[in-house]
Amino acid sequence: MSGKPVLHYVSVRGRMEPVKWLLAAAGVEFEERILKTKDDLQKLRTDGCLLFQQVPMVEIDGMKLVQTRAILNYIAGKYNLYGKDLKERALIDMYVEGMADLYDIIMNHDFKPANEKEKDLANIMDKATNRYLPVFEKVLKDHGHDFLVGNKLSRADVNLLETILMVEEFKPDALAKFPLLQSFKARMSNIPSIKKFLQPGSPRKPPLQEKDIPNLLAIFS
Amino acid sequence: MSEKPRLTYINGRGRMESIRWLLAAAGVEFEEIFLQTREQLLKLGQDGSLMFHQLPLVEIDGMKLVQCRAILSYIAGKYNLYGKDLKERALIDMYVEGISDLMQLILMFPFSPPEAKEKNIATISEKATERYFPVFEKVLKQHGQDFLVGNRFSWADVQLMEAILAVEEKVPSVLSGFPQLQAFKTKMSNMPTIKKFLQPGSPRKPPPDENYVATVMKIFKLD
Repeated sequence: MSGKPVLHYVSVRGRMEPVKWLLAAAGVEFEERILKTKDDLQKLRTDGCLLFQQVPMVEIDGMKLVQTRAILNYIAGKYNLYGKDLKERALIDMYVEGMADLYDIIMNHDFKPANEKEKDLANIMDKATNRYLPVFEKVLKDHGHDFLVGNKLSRADVNLLETILMVEEFKPDALAKFPLLQSFKARMSNIPSIKKFLQPGSPRKPPLQEKDIPNLLAIFS
Repeated sequence: MSEKPRLTYINGRGRMESIRWLLAAAGVEFEEIFLQTREQLLKLGQDGSLMFHQLPLVEIDGMKLVQCRAILSYIAGKYNLYGKDLKERALIDMYVEGISDLMQLILMFPFSPPEAKEKNIATISEKATERYFPVFEKVLKQHGQDFLVGNRFSWADVQLMEAILAVEEKVPSVLSGFPQLQAFKTKMSNMPTIKKFLQPGSPRKPPPDENYVATVMKIFKLD
């Protein structure tokens, strides 16, 4: 089957954005079907397209894949972005899972009540600058390579660039104490497939706007 | 390296139980270290043993693995419980991730306030019987095989078995509408490695109690 992957999701970043990053980094073009109403989601459900009645869902190679991690694992494996053996995969998995924890708190930030937002933001920045970013700064320092694992581009690198850019959206100088992450960011941003994804007009979605939230809640209610 | 894997956690199920299940199902013996104080956790962090200062930690094949899914994926891959190709792996991943969403409700349950407990059991029951178990009932019915993926024992079967037993502890009759899952549960229970794990004295941990909750709160200082 030579059709492009088809991504089914809503119009915001949410849980599909890492999938777009990975496909884009792998140089894979894809189509998007944007769910705009609850009826759109219901139709997918009644058509039997969603194994657990949830999106994201990606149609790829004759499968209707759901569950973000299953989707990402498949894409990473297919496009050789998952290390060369079990041990490299374990390293990649550890890095990616750590970043997923940070991504979750970032994603949930938009849905916090107004009076909790400031404290939540402080927690995000604390975790980013004291728990997660230092790990990757050290990894790069210890081996001196351009990429996190096995001296070769992997999903962990793509994920780290995405994470860095998201953290910088909260605090532009977030990388101030991390010189190796700064040069990592510059290098990664210049990889042709990633450079293309970072340009206007790409499938990359902007940060969530408050005005989008009521519609989102309505779709997923 | 022929040493046994070493698991560091608290003396309870939590996020380590799925790992115990998978190692046991694979017939792999392991050692366990149980933390009892927060100081012990902080010390592990200072020693550089914990990549993100969190447990679970599994020392295996010269690595200090953290993050449940990284640990489980490694074990599944190493012991041939992860399918034969990328597509089977994708199926296993989907099933495991779905079950993991259900297990998350069970994981969080002990920490819910008393007045919410009845409602939470209802939610677990509803999600199990309406969203998750029907999927696996259908998978087993459609291919008529003993195992979920590729006619071969995999991580997905172990995870489903763990989930069935965990939900039954809260909702004893939960399998009443699922004959395939009932047969699956029986077959899994009789597999030698799983049978051994289900016997008293195995590394399997009992359901969480107040003591477990207190230990978690003390050591992990949950926000």
